[in-house]
Amino acid sequence: MLTAEVKQKLIDIVGKAGFSDTEEQKIVYSYDATPGFQAEPDGVIRPADTVEIQEIVKVCSEFNIPIIPRGSGTNLCAGTTPTQGGIVMLFSKLDKIIEVDKENMTLTVQPGVTTFQVMKRAEEEGFFYPPDPSSMKISTIGGNINENSGGLRGLKYGVTKDYVLGLEVVLANGEVIRTGGKLAKDVAGYDFTKLITGAEGTLGIVTEAVMKLLPPPETKQTMLTLFHDMESAAKAVSAIIAAKIIPATLEFLDQPTIAAVEEYAKIGLPTEAGAVLLIEQDGNEQVVSEHMNLMKQICEEEGAVSIRKAESKAEAEALTEARRSALTALARRRPTTMLEDATVPRSKLAEMVRFIEQTAEKYSVEICTFGHAGDGNLHPTCMTDVRDKEEMHRVEEAFAEIFSKAVSLGGTITGEHGVGEMKSPYLAWKLGDAGVEAMLAVKQALDPHNILNPGKIFAKETRKRVTIGGANQ
Amino acid sequence: MKTGKLQQSFQETIDYEEIMNCTRCGFCLPACPTYLQTGGNEASSPRGRIALMKAVADGRKAPDEEVEAQLNECLGCRACEPACPSGVNYGHLLEQARSVVQKHKKHSPGVKIVRKAVFDWMFMSHKRMQKMHTLRYWYEKTPAQQVMRKTKMLQLLPGEAALMERVLPKAAAPTAIKREKEFEPSPKKSVKRVAFFRGCLMSTMFSETNDSTRYLLKQAGCDIITPEKQECCGALHAHGGETEQAKLLAKKNIAAFEELEVDAIVSNAGGCGAGLKNYPFLLREEAGWVERAKAFSEKTVDICTLLASLDLPDMKSEDTLVTYQPSCHLENVMKEKGYVEELLRKVNGVKYVAMPEKEHCCGSAGIYNLVQPKMAMQILDKKMTDVKLTKASKLVTSNPGCLLQMKAGIEREGMHSEIEALHIVDFLAEAVRKGQDAPDTN
Repeated sequence: MLTAEVKQKLIDIVGKAGFSDTEEQKIVYSYDATPGFQAEPDGVIRPADTVEIQEIVKVCSEFNIPIIPRGSGTNLCAGTTPTQGGIVMLFSKLDKIIEVDKENMTLTVQPGVTTFQVMKRAEEEGFFYPPDPSSMKISTIGGNINENSGGLRGLKYGVTKDYVLGLEVVLANGEVIRTGGKLAKDVAGYDFTKLITGAEGTLGIVTEAVMKLLPPPETKQTMLTLFHDMESAAKAVSAIIAAKIIPATLEFLDQPTIAAVEEYAKIGLPTEAGAVLLIEQDGNEQVVSEHMNLMKQICEEEGAVSIRKAESKAEAEALTEARRSALTALARRRPTTMLEDATVPRSKLAEMVRFIEQTAEKYSVEICTFGHAGDGNLHPTCMTDVRDKEEMHRVEEAFAEIFSKAVSLGGTITGEHGVGEMKSPYLAWKLGDAGVEAMLAVKQALDPHNILNPGKIFAKETRKRVTIGGANQ
Repeated sequence: MKTGKLQQSFQETIDYEEIMNCTRCGFCLPACPTYLQTGGNEASSPRGRIALMKAVADGRKAPDEEVEAQLNECLGCRACEPACPSGVNYGHLLEQARSVVQKHKKHSPGVKIVRKAVFDWMFMSHKRMQKMHTLRYWYEKTPAQQVMRKTKMLQLLPGEAALMERVLPKAAAPTAIKREKEFEPSPKKSVKRVAFFRGCLMSTMFSETNDSTRYLLKQAGCDIITPEKQECCGALHAHGGETEQAKLLAKKNIAAFEELEVDAIVSNAGGCGAGLKNYPFLLREEAGWVERAKAFSEKTVDICTLLASLDLPDMKSEDTLVTYQPSCHLENVMKEKGYVEELLRKVNGVKYVAMPEKEHCCGSAGIYNLVQPKMAMQILDKKMTDVKLTKASKLVTSNPGCLLQMKAGIEREGMHSEIEALHIVDFLAEAVRKGQDAPDTN
């Protein structure tokens, strides 16, 4: 609850139009894209610049009011659900691309600009901005930085953090710091740029960013391959990497996903196929051709039952359809879709997929898996209904086992979605208690009153880790 | 008390299962014109509006002015639907929510009279539509129009009515629009037998476009039946929350067409076509009508989709650059996409240029530009900057509302000398005539 005094102070900063606590606004900013999480904030604020944000932070610090920075609310970890109340901070007025610096190959941007606008602008100026989370058409660059978003190009091009060179950040005490810069090398002290990136808004509020750009690849080729089972597809993935090729795209669908996609899109996928690999390479024309031929050969050797190489752009698009429609095909099956992102070393891909299938069966839940084969980032996706408490309990149990297995294989509980509130009970499984303590120490040092996106990353209570029987524990 | 009743009615009417199908992923946001125009106000997005509907159904929020304002602000363009991975039928939720609000709404006496006249009287009968058309013809013929324009009386009308009055096509002589026969054979080798849904506005205000439509059908080898008993499609009623009237019209139309034994029921307005396609949903609870509505809806097709599958004579045009503003309901509800462009590419001499973000609504949206003029004009201004980028000399549309809105845009921007807006079938009919050695005006 905001007192009249606090409300007035906030209005004094952003003006009447910049603050709202109507029922309507509280309801529509009570959620993000995470199923099962909803909580209303006490107000919604739309600052216009860094100075206003500093002033807001000072007021909130004085009165102990949580601030939840929110982009477009497409995250899948309840990272922007205002579970502790407070004010949701929106960046719709900080929506400018400040400059494109061709000499330094950088783009300076305010947090409210969408990822798509950044990509488009980079393209217009003859550059390439690779991170492509599937929500990129509407996700904001500020949200991407806070969550350190990934995407389909992760294997070859890395993720958001690999493109953040510098940040302007408002700290919990209202001070502004500038980290990094238009520099390839910078070892002046702690790397705060990387620390703030992926901190989910818990350490500071990003108000400006310098992003790295690349020269665009000359050309791209696409190929779709089918395998009898996940194991041979995984072997092909390992063999491709062992042949020292890093493809631009190396995506997979498991058998249940293939069946769902075929049922929905009717694109002629054999539903008995055990796995599909979508492979793309980009770069210099000659190199791309060589790589594609070699990868084709590898897939054949590993027992691919069908290989289709696109001869035109239209054909390439048709081949990527299977992967692109995966989420759509799955989301239509049941009211609730839980999209997770457990990640394992690439060599453990087949084992993990198999384990997920067995776990789904064990708990009688429907889980289909697709994702980024090249970087071991899986998307086990569960189709369920949040209203069915009993089933939701089984889903939770199944995912707990999946996260546990991922960690035991040397993987992680989340590859690209973030911890937020949703994964916080599992964080210690990955980091250990000492690891969580160390992170908490950073949080407490930078945000002693715990006003910046409280309740995220750090759980009130760590979930008891499930122990799984089996030989490979 | 009033709120309690309204809330209960809301809970009974709204399809809660459909609300729950929204996973809140946010993929609809970039497709929503009002979300983009409001600088990303979540409440002005499909996801936000569904959250508000859910809050009302859950009893968290009264169905008050805030909710109603958001329901009214929605264009109903349904661009969110193809963007939705979960396939949420947002348009149906919107109509359900609006119908509840409408039922319980206490309109001012003035608004009540206008709504009654428009929804219950004029649009309910083809004959009355023709009478209104005759009135309009005489309005234009006599000094009445000049007087209205000079005295700025039109400025007193709501929204952008004055602007719309300027861009309406000149009323055809009432004698000219009665000439369509119930059966017209194709002069070519007959390949299909189709029924023509003439539409209420299309057959009066846009009667020339209907003439072009019938001309093209015949040129493509279609024998045409135009049943006299057909009425308005009822889409305006359904969108405006007047569900009972919409149902009545739907039944009349199904009865008028179902015995005809035709290959297709052809419409030349995306809004009407979508209205016809919606009959199975509209009549889902009417005993004995569900199957009939389904059979009717399955036969309904847009003129361009049909023409693209048939052989047309050679077409020719002197306009080199042509662009297209699609009808949202043609693409998002009828799900017929790409056929207009395909036809344009078949015209000799024409280069089709795609307008940036053409899939965004133009702001016409039925009667939206009359009831939400501010937002409609903001959207239109953005649209016109995209139109300018194409440098086209012809701008074709596939729905009368879009056509008027595009004409209004051209008028506002003072672009008469550079570009003309017209219905795709008028453009194609002209191209067929030009493409033939001996022009045939049959």
